Amino acid sequence: MNLKEYQGKDIFRDNGISVLAGFVVSRADSIGSKINSLSGEELVVKAQVLTGGRGKAGGIKIVKRSRVQDAVSELIGKDIKGFRIKEVLVEEKAAVLKEIYVSLAVNRVEKCLSLILCMEGGIDIEEISAKSPEKIIKAPIRGKDGLSHIDALCKDSIGVLGLEPGAAVKLADIIRKMHSIAVRYDAELVEINPLALTGHGFAALDAKLVIDDNALFRHPEFASGKEESLTDIEKEANKFGIQYVELDGDIAIIGNGAGLVMATLDVLHHYGGKPANFLDVGGGASVEVMEKSLELCMMKKPRGIFINIFGGITRCDFIAQGIVDFVGRKAIDVPLAVRMIGTNEQEGRRILEGKGISSLSSMEECAKKIVELAGSL
Amino acid sequence: MAVLVGKNTKVIVQGITGQQGSFHTKLMLEYGTQIVAGVTPGKAGQSVEGVPVFGTVKDALAMHPADFSIIFVPAKFLKDAAFESLSNGLDTVLITENVPLHDVLSIIEFARGKKRLVIGPNCPGIITPGETKLGIMPGHIFSKGNTGVISRSGTLTYEIIEQMTRKGIGQSTVIGIGGDQIVGTNFIDALAYFGKDDETREIVLIGEIGGDQEERAAEFIQNHVSKKVVAYIAGVHAPKGKRMGHAGAIITGNAGTAESKINAFERIGVKVARLPSEIIGLLG
Repeated sequence: MNLKEYQGKDIFRDNGISVLAGFVVSRADSIGSKINSLSGEELVVKAQVLTGGRGKAGGIKIVKRSRVQDAVSELIGKDIKGFRIKEVLVEEKAAVLKEIYVSLAVNRVEKCLSLILCMEGGIDIEEISAKSPEKIIKAPIRGKDGLSHIDALCKDSIGVLGLEPGAAVKLADIIRKMHSIAVRYDAELVEINPLALTGHGFAALDAKLVIDDNALFRHPEFASGKEESLTDIEKEANKFGIQYVELDGDIAIIGNGAGLVMATLDVLHHYGGKPANFLDVGGGASVEVMEKSLELCMMKKPRGIFINIFGGITRCDFIAQGIVDFVGRKAIDVPLAVRMIGTNEQEGRRILEGKGISSLSSMEECAKKIVELAGSL
Repeated sequence: MAVLVGKNTKVIVQGITGQQGSFHTKLMLEYGTQIVAGVTPGKAGQSVEGVPVFGTVKDALAMHPADFSIIFVPAKFLKDAAFESLSNGLDTVLITENVPLHDVLSIIEFARGKKRLVIGPNCPGIITPGETKLGIMPGHIFSKGNTGVISRSGTLTYEIIEQMTRKGIGQSTVIGIGGDQIVGTNFIDALAYFGKDDETREIVLIGEIGGDQEERAAEFIQNHVSKKVVAYIAGVHAPKGKRMGHAGAIITGNAGTAESKINAFERIGVKVARLPSEIIGLLG
């Protein structure tokens, strides 16, 4: 899960990385005397939303002290790229001498964290990486001794980054702190973009931390933030261990296994259908989980439902019973196409046929069928 | 023996007394896997499906030498279990899902130091059809042959394997490398194994959106693999910024798209199936 900028900056501050003085408000009239603790003629007002490119979208304003309240009330409640602004960070404005980019991110191929440095800050790192790789320095950080070379690396990099030699020690210190934050908070990404050199040394002007969802059991303080980023249906699905992602089409998909469900979306597209969701019942789904999955799918009022099960540890008879129980309780008024093969397939077919529901053995045939049925409504 | 595991591979199961561990021990034994011992702390002296249970890996190995461990313990305990098997010199298959990323990084770093192999986590395991199965895949859909298969997913692999078997295309070894961002054995590692294996004539690579493993694999194939490779990539129509079930299956910015992966393969002459069923036609 992603942390908001101010949450990331709180962590930076607690761990000795300098950030600018500031405060967070969710209402313009609660600014009160807080503003007196900030110095400077101009202040920066930043929307706290979990999306990149806030600046271009109008989510960051530099205003005179007297205009801060107006700027905050203009931002609160506004949407940026589909994210509602609920909180705003008001910060001092730094006198910046130079900006760079620095991050620690997962390197999948090298199977370790990678340190990434760039001579420009406040940039789209992927874009620079593709267009001007010479501006970027990358180094693997492996295991406990991964940082042993960091002082040397910073000394060697200082020229490329366009910094004075004296800055190398300070930069290495920040990187060490970022690494200890990554480990302590189970972060997959710790990014400072930009890291600014000011008259008083380095300061993080932005903070992006991505906390590993699998490690949230070690960090209950972040658990509520995870909920906040989900839609209502996604929250409900989570309770049952169902992986659900809302999409913008009109044919509901239920399958088992993430790879198979992704392939099912692609096959449906191939035959002209548009999936309403991604839904993975997981391995070894129970009758109840299958029933719940259908309930979740029906919440979006799809034009058809496509169920694709390859039974390994998942039993086709449980899947069939879940379908039959759901239909017995609540009529499905849209076409239903079932593809089901594997463990206990015969038993599953028999259960479905008892309710007049047929099933197919090929996912591609089944995709064609549901597109036809849903299209002819 | 095809790749990494064969009929003489001796295996211990960590977490053997748990629900998953005991269930899959039964299925692996039925498939012919030589499971010599199980390990669950505090359960020494018990037996599961006739397999003796020990409290530690060390105790198990003192009585029953082994080559591999397969681990079914809950995510919270996986790091300790993996360190235990690796420090006792075993190559290790991690079936457990939802393992914290920094735990996986530590395990992989530890394995590197011990020069041991890790497959997974969050994977279906590895199978050499007709010989042995270290994993949770349904054994009956596999058939012995000369096509190696490497995949990031479980059920999608079964889907493709079932079609291959039905059309008479058998498999040398099938490695499910796992759906997480970081896995012990990745596409490049697995391609290297299959590249050197005499029983493998061609290779199927089943990838998905997220990361750049497929792009790097394409580079590796161009420079190091002379055998025929065909691919399938799931997630062509997945939206940006949404995790599609697997922790590793997410498009961030413009990185990790199916399009980029398909282009990387096609540029070097690796044919990419647009539907799972098309793989059959690309083989042979």
